[in-house]
Amino acid sequence: MSQALFAAALLAPDLPCPAGLRAWNGSDPTGRLAVYRNNVVSSLIDAVAHTFPVTQELVGEEFFRAMASVFVRRHPPRSRVLAHYGAEFADFVDGFEPAQSVPYLADVARLERARVLAYHAADAAPLTAEMLGVAMSSGDELGALQLVCHPSTSVVVSEYAVVSLWAAHQGRSDLSAVDPALPEAALVVRPGLDVLVLSLPPGAARFVIALQAGVGLANAAALAAREATDFDLPSVLALLMAHGALITAQFSGSLSR
Amino acid sequence: MLTPSTLPGQRARRAVPAVPKVCTGGGLPAHPGVGLKPEHFRDVLETRPGIGFFEVHAENYMVDGGPFHHFLGRIREHYPLSLHGVGLCIGTEGYLDEAHLDRLDVLIKRYQPASFSEHLAWSSHGEVFFNDLLPVPYDRATLDRVCDHVDRVQERLQQQMLLENPSTYLEFEASTMDEAAFLSEVIRRTGCGLLLDVSNVHVSCVNHGRDALAYISSLPLDAVGEIHLAGFAPDHDAAGAPLLIDSHGTPVDEAVWGLYSAVLARTGPTPTLLERDNDVPSLATLIAEAQRAEDLMLTPAEPKRCGTYRSCS
Repeated sequence: MSQALFAAALLAPDLPCPAGLRAWNGSDPTGRLAVYRNNVVSSLIDAVAHTFPVTQELVGEEFFRAMASVFVRRHPPRSRVLAHYGAEFADFVDGFEPAQSVPYLADVARLERARVLAYHAADAAPLTAEMLGVAMSSGDELGALQLVCHPSTSVVVSEYAVVSLWAAHQGRSDLSAVDPALPEAALVVRPGLDVLVLSLPPGAARFVIALQAGVGLANAAALAAREATDFDLPSVLALLMAHGALITAQFSGSLSR
Repeated sequence: MLTPSTLPGQRARRAVPAVPKVCTGGGLPAHPGVGLKPEHFRDVLETRPGIGFFEVHAENYMVDGGPFHHFLGRIREHYPLSLHGVGLCIGTEGYLDEAHLDRLDVLIKRYQPASFSEHLAWSSHGEVFFNDLLPVPYDRATLDRVCDHVDRVQERLQQQMLLENPSTYLEFEASTMDEAAFLSEVIRRTGCGLLLDVSNVHVSCVNHGRDALAYISSLPLDAVGEIHLAGFAPDHDAAGAPLLIDSHGTPVDEAVWGLYSAVLARTGPTPTLLERDNDVPSLATLIAEAQRAEDLMLTPAEPKRCGTYRSCS
């Protein structure tokens, strides 16, 4: 019996037990195959639950595990490193019909996935004010300055109050005081050992996304200002610096836009 | 803690330095070790328990940076390390994943573990990773392939590896030899060592109606480089026969302690990992369980401490 047949049977509970398997006492091997089927699916559900604890709290464990059991069969891991697992989960939740009554669920999942990626991302020393000053004095066109974000940085933009919802589930605020319908954008970054989740002011998400795409300071600020007329570059730069979300400032003619 | 000062009134034990000598390959110390869990990182550094070594799952550390590397690096400064793989898929019908071997090589160069071990099992097929240790038939074709894969691992990583006996729930009609004969032949042909998981021996022997002591007697025990002990969960098969599930979620069962004692009587003190991967208790609880392994290493010939082994107890 090939591993292909065994593998197919693991994720498809309705498939019959492959031929060529046996038990010492002559019992039906289907019941023993069920141990492997259960080990695979429940360990993967556990892995999903580990990455998305607030998503689970929002819908309850029973609902979450039922949803995750559909997910793990449809999207089993493609990597042997389980920290990478779950990239498709938020999109899956978006399309999971029984979860439609919790419209912000997928965005909370996106935030939780971003946290795990940040947790395991490469380490880098944050940019200091001194380093920024040296960089700024090394060129004459400040708008061409390129700011490089910390490798753990990501932004989650939502039509819902993802940061407040997530924070309330950390016991940092009262969940009943959160209005889920207020749009929020999250900055996720891990400058040291702890992953930070911050609410970004208007335009700042667009600004960070532009920096990550290699857009220079002036053009990134212009993009942000086009999206939010009250975009405040100095305060956003101060926020990013204060939380270690920038690691390098440099003039790079070939890269500036 | 395994230091005499913390255990007044107990008999003298072999000295375990509170800060064991750091090993750079060449085997683990013949003392108990425990799995290193993220929830215990800070506790380990703050309390520095007197334990022989820590073991980690290699795949958990195949990430770019962050707290896992930060804490493992610091803990490694004080303890020998066992690097235990769960994703190499030595039992695959296909080729070994060279990219995964590269990732292992990076970890080995970085952390200089005293031991690298993997399982006689497969866990991936095609691109899909199943996150479970799946069984192989014990036939000539599988033997040749597993030997090729172990040879390749040892060549690529430039060190002897330990191969772990699996816990299994099914047998294959294609098998032409028993598991102990299969493992013995892999060890003879490749020169790899044996990670003797005593709990897996008990689980598999109950699950397949075998005699655990006879199974152990037919293994090359001089090749044992490490022992694993873990808990299991009881279940039943379709005919009502006991079926034990290798769950790693409970303390070590008395039957397994008894079998461990019987193994120690033949091997002498051997590096022994207390494995706990689910429902992980406090570090102190794990260390206390490890203490029992240390006690048994001192007195392997005292069966009264846990009774003689009976596979169906």
